[in-house]
Amino acid sequence: MSKLISYEKKNTRIHELSGFTKLVFFILWCLTSALTYDTRILHIMVIIGACIYRLSGTSWKQVSTVFKAVMFFMLINLLCIFFFAPYQGCDIYKSRTDLADLFGNYSITAEQLFYEYNVMIKYFTVIPTIFIFLVTTDPSELAASMNGVGIPYTVSYAFSLALRYIPDLQGDFRKIRNAQEARGIEMSSKAGLMERIKRNASIISPLLFSSMDRIEVVSNAMELRGFGKKKKRSWYSKKKLAPADYAVIAFIIVFSAAVLIITYMDGSRFYNPFI
Amino acid sequence: MEAIIEFKDYSFKYRSQKETTIHDINLKIYPGEKILIAGPSGSGKSTLAHCINALIPCSYNGEVKGELKVAGQDPATSGVFGMSKKVGTVLQDSDGQFIGLTVAEDVAFALENDAVSQAEIFDKVDRAAELVDIKNLLKSSPAELSGGQKQRVSMAGVLVDDVEILLFDEPLANLDPATGKRTIALIDELMQKKNLTVIIIEHRLEDCLYRDLDRIILVNDGRIIADEKPDKLLAGDLLSKEGIREPLYISALKYAGAEITAEDKPQHIESMNILPYREKVKNWYENSEKNLPVNNNPYLLEVENLSFSYDTGSQDRKYVLEDINFRVRKGEILSIVGKNGAGKSTLSALICGFYKPLSGKILLNGEDLTDLSIKERGEKIGFVMQSPNQMISKPLIMDEVGLGLSCRGVPEDEIKERVEETLKICGLYPFRNWPVNALSFGQKKRVSIASILVMKPEILILDEPTAGQDYRHYTEIMEFLKKINEETGITIIMITHDMHLMLEYTDRAIVLADGRLITDDSPAAVLTDEAIADRAYLKKTSLYDLAKLCDIEDASDFVNSFIYYERKIRSNV
Repeated sequence: MSKLISYEKKNTRIHELSGFTKLVFFILWCLTSALTYDTRILHIMVIIGACIYRLSGTSWKQVSTVFKAVMFFMLINLLCIFFFAPYQGCDIYKSRTDLADLFGNYSITAEQLFYEYNVMIKYFTVIPTIFIFLVTTDPSELAASMNGVGIPYTVSYAFSLALRYIPDLQGDFRKIRNAQEARGIEMSSKAGLMERIKRNASIISPLLFSSMDRIEVVSNAMELRGFGKKKKRSWYSKKKLAPADYAVIAFIIVFSAAVLIITYMDGSRFYNPFI
Repeated sequence: MEAIIEFKDYSFKYRSQKETTIHDINLKIYPGEKILIAGPSGSGKSTLAHCINALIPCSYNGEVKGELKVAGQDPATSGVFGMSKKVGTVLQDSDGQFIGLTVAEDVAFALENDAVSQAEIFDKVDRAAELVDIKNLLKSSPAELSGGQKQRVSMAGVLVDDVEILLFDEPLANLDPATGKRTIALIDELMQKKNLTVIIIEHRLEDCLYRDLDRIILVNDGRIIADEKPDKLLAGDLLSKEGIREPLYISALKYAGAEITAEDKPQHIESMNILPYREKVKNWYENSEKNLPVNNNPYLLEVENLSFSYDTGSQDRKYVLEDINFRVRKGEILSIVGKNGAGKSTLSALICGFYKPLSGKILLNGEDLTDLSIKERGEKIGFVMQSPNQMISKPLIMDEVGLGLSCRGVPEDEIKERVEETLKICGLYPFRNWPVNALSFGQKKRVSIASILVMKPEILILDEPTAGQDYRHYTEIMEFLKKINEETGITIIMITHDMHLMLEYTDRAIVLADGRLITDDSPAAVLTDEAIADRAYLKKTSLYDLAKLCDIEDASDFVNSFIYYERKIRSNV
């Protein structure tokens, strides 16, 4: 079983940035990408994203599983847009160029294709930043940064704790699955789909119970060491902002502002090559 | 001197329970003392500890009567957090209490919660790490640590506060014997350096006695049965009566008819006055029977040139197991021992087919198992995981035990018949219609064993069958396994680092160290061989020392006599 997307310690410029910087960058970047439909800007963002991905030293193996899943959902998303709103593109770009007739009143138009192309590259602007954010940010530093942007520390800690236990849970899952398989509960593809779903339940409940045991121990341990008693909390792993951090934060603020100005300058979020 | 902990007519009743769990406790502990609280599971010893660190009554609700003062405070008003400044608690399961992603963060956890400034945290973490000698590990992640290192980290985590009392809840439960010994030594060292008062809750008495204890508090049924100096308690017979395992050399001396007195200082075998009893022990040894049964059955399981590695590609791969060879006869009880990470679990996973070997093969009844699926092997080789909670997936006992059969399409009435038969063997028949939740831990363990036995496998592999169990439950589980071995002739392989288990219940021990098989011999021989014991992180048995002190040449044979004698006593009971 391949490991899910999780933090890996490496020595790159991206890893060195503080979690706070990465979180701010990530939020503003996604917001910008969501708001603009300016194709030129989206292209630039894809290129920047690819560069950061290179810089972060992320290996394909770390993210391939999740990448494939995202691609699958993107495909469904694009198909749905087409079937539910086949002329959305024409509405947006105020023109209609028929390319081919399909069935009923479905036909492919250049505007629709262009619109869906825009949706697709939006995916590609966001995907690398999500990956980079998750694989280069130490979960405990993440908690410190979330707390830094105003999220209560109990919430941020719970979040990072969940990330931290994912590998443990995967290990437990494997062990329990093996033992249940030895008892004769077939997990391989030999059994039918429904049967497999039902049988996976026989792993879930022991997994749940053994996790509950663990939760009780962990929460006692946390309480014994004073978690949650004070309103504020300090962080061992909080990084002081370095000049590079200020530079990145300044860049993303200027970049987002510029993008939004360019996008809305002509009164529409869309870049229209059809007029 | 004023007591640092004082219970006065103290009783506690959990809200969910009808009866009080501990009654009329009167106990004084003075600064600088080192106290062992011993007692069987459910005796109230953990409850007692929870009162000291204020988990009772702050986290576990209930009714308190009487008075308790800890370091001049009342835990009920100071709360868990307040008490944690005075009492550092080190929990049993050092895996579970790891909260931080790295050692440093984990050590810093209490300080972070106290909103101490980062600079001060760095400084205090460094000092605590130095105290327990883990400074070079600060950047490591918990998964990379050995059991002993994890425990040091836990200790550092409570030592960052200037605590006055250290409370250990079964610190030895998950450690191999050699590491356990080192832990006890470390506790002693910390006491000296920081002027601490130490309370240890543990039932592995012999291991705790590796260093001097001031007092042993014996607890049962929620009451203090004894509050004595160790020498005095060891001389009497209260320990064995209350279900606490005596040190083996003490048992042996008593079997030989020695009447030990407190003046003999029986706390440590090295310094004990053995002289008056030497002749008695020698006599006992010379007259002892020791015809341990010899197993001449044909070989059932053969492991040949087995190697395993996680990275299959590279040239300079790291072997988890390398060139393992051994054979197991039908009906044998075998133990696989070695320190944490030596490859014990991997070996069992290979036998069950969970992993594929890199090279070598495994034969069962002379047939190669390589091409069988996990499920097919499961019909011949049953695997029982460490915790029953990892296995039980049905709410009713009947269904749980019958699960393996119904998956294999066995007809309904045959399932019922076989399940009932198995439940009878396992002593669970009266509970057959109970929900699993209503059972105790030991009973659940039996259910998980029954659910494997019902498939009539030829081999049963158990991963740490007695981990975390006290002597009574340990005996219960092991006697049960011995019984099914005798009645059904099933072959049993146990992965363990419990020396008593291997000594008392297994015919042979396979010793692994760093992925290699270093010895395949009788447990008595393994545990009297210093070199082997050292490499495998085992501990030479104290019976060896006793034999030497009594001028008995063949220590291994002396150990055999002892085991044979013990087995005989037990089967007469």
